[in-house]
Amino acid sequence: MKDETIICRCEDVTWGEIRQALEKGYTTLDEIKRVTRAGMGRCQGTTCRRIILREIAKFCHKSIEEVAMSTFRPPTKPVKLGTLAGDDND
Amino acid sequence: MTMIKRASIVIIGGGIIGCSIAYNLAKMGCKNIVLLERNTLASGSTGRCGAGIRQQFGTEMNCILARESIKIFENLSQELDYDIELNQGGYLILAYTEKEVNQFKKNVALEQSLGIDARFITVEEAKEIAPPLNTEGVLAATFCPTDGHANPFNTNFAYAEAAQRLGVKIYNFTEVREIKTEDNRIVSVSTDKGGVQTPIIINAAGGYSGEIGKMAGVEIPVYSQRHQILITEPVDHLFKPMLMSISRNFYCQQTPQGSIIMGFGDPDEPKGHDIGSSWQFAQEMAKKMTAVVPLLKEVSMVRQWSGLYNMSPDSQPIVGEHPQVNGFYMAVGFSGHGFMLAPVASRLMAELILKGRTSIPIDKLDIERFERGELIIEPSVV
Repeated sequence: MKDETIICRCEDVTWGEIRQALEKGYTTLDEIKRVTRAGMGRCQGTTCRRIILREIAKFCHKSIEEVAMSTFRPPTKPVKLGTLAGDDND
Repeated sequence: MTMIKRASIVIIGGGIIGCSIAYNLAKMGCKNIVLLERNTLASGSTGRCGAGIRQQFGTEMNCILARESIKIFENLSQELDYDIELNQGGYLILAYTEKEVNQFKKNVALEQSLGIDARFITVEEAKEIAPPLNTEGVLAATFCPTDGHANPFNTNFAYAEAAQRLGVKIYNFTEVREIKTEDNRIVSVSTDKGGVQTPIIINAAGGYSGEIGKMAGVEIPVYSQRHQILITEPVDHLFKPMLMSISRNFYCQQTPQGSIIMGFGDPDEPKGHDIGSSWQFAQEMAKKMTAVVPLLKEVSMVRQWSGLYNMSPDSQPIVGEHPQVNGFYMAVGFSGHGFMLAPVASRLMAELILKGRTSIPIDKLDIERFERGELIIEPSVV
């Protein structure tokens, strides 16, 4: 994988940034998220989480099942604050 | 990494308080420092915080501590060689009641006397500073342009990495199980990964600092309480300052990357360690903020979470050595202000331990103030 390859499309995080975080010793999904913002954007990691998990596993010589998953936070998909506040008529 | 057997100082907690104390101790020349973190760095309250930094307070000590903290924040990216994303867009504190108007006038007079660039402003001026603001019900406001926020993850990692470069050993996934004392003196700490002999322990365990106190055989009068928060998708820049109200109970800030972060404190929140998220919070928060900034109706929330405030009886931190346990130091009970006060509190803590005195007096933050009945009453907290 090239360093320029975009892994998190919402936050524009490249493989190079994730690789550097791994090399610094940040080897959990939560740490990578906090260091690089990967998975913090609009889709909340739906796209990049699996790729990062796979790369952590490879880097640490573990199986994917041994890598701790990050916390899934609500909501499942983005909700307008106006809708939440009850202002929408639909 | 195998556990070291002996340390000069053991710090418990890998949040901003623990990591910044580790850095300042090492910078002042202290060797053989160990930091223990149960999970990973910034996994507790620091990584969950609203990340605001303000100097607008109602007591002299808080104003001075916050003023000095901002000075450190302003050079921190350079000092630690890590971009902490400091963004000084100011804090715009809105007054909705006459009582607030009177209190804010007093606060501003105090702040100005201490060299803080805060001012009391009209509703029209507030609207100029934050154009999307709905000023309905707003009577006046205060504004301090050098207040702002920073990225809490970056700041936490920046301190930790700088500390490690100075020789501090950080152990993640290492949980403290027992603290041993002899003749009221700290002798060692046991963890699930092994024990460390040490004459000094610093309790920087945030939401779990009361539990760490019990291990050392002391009652620290703190408790933890969940505070919820949410963040939106990134949008174009709508307003620069942190918007805050004490009577209407909210804070709301747009980060440099465009997301808008907001929270409030639920007065009915029970004490405890729950860090779940509730639908009711998201709804109430959306109602509050869409009333203050109507444009926000069109912006989507992408995530909500919560973290713990570690509260003290007067909502002020407890900083210093425990009078009954020699070598047991505490930097706890920051009551929601740990992130903003960490740069100064950590420097003072390092001075206290290594020199026995501090460059800014913090003796009033000792644990015995509660027994003496000398509580510090801060009128401006959310």
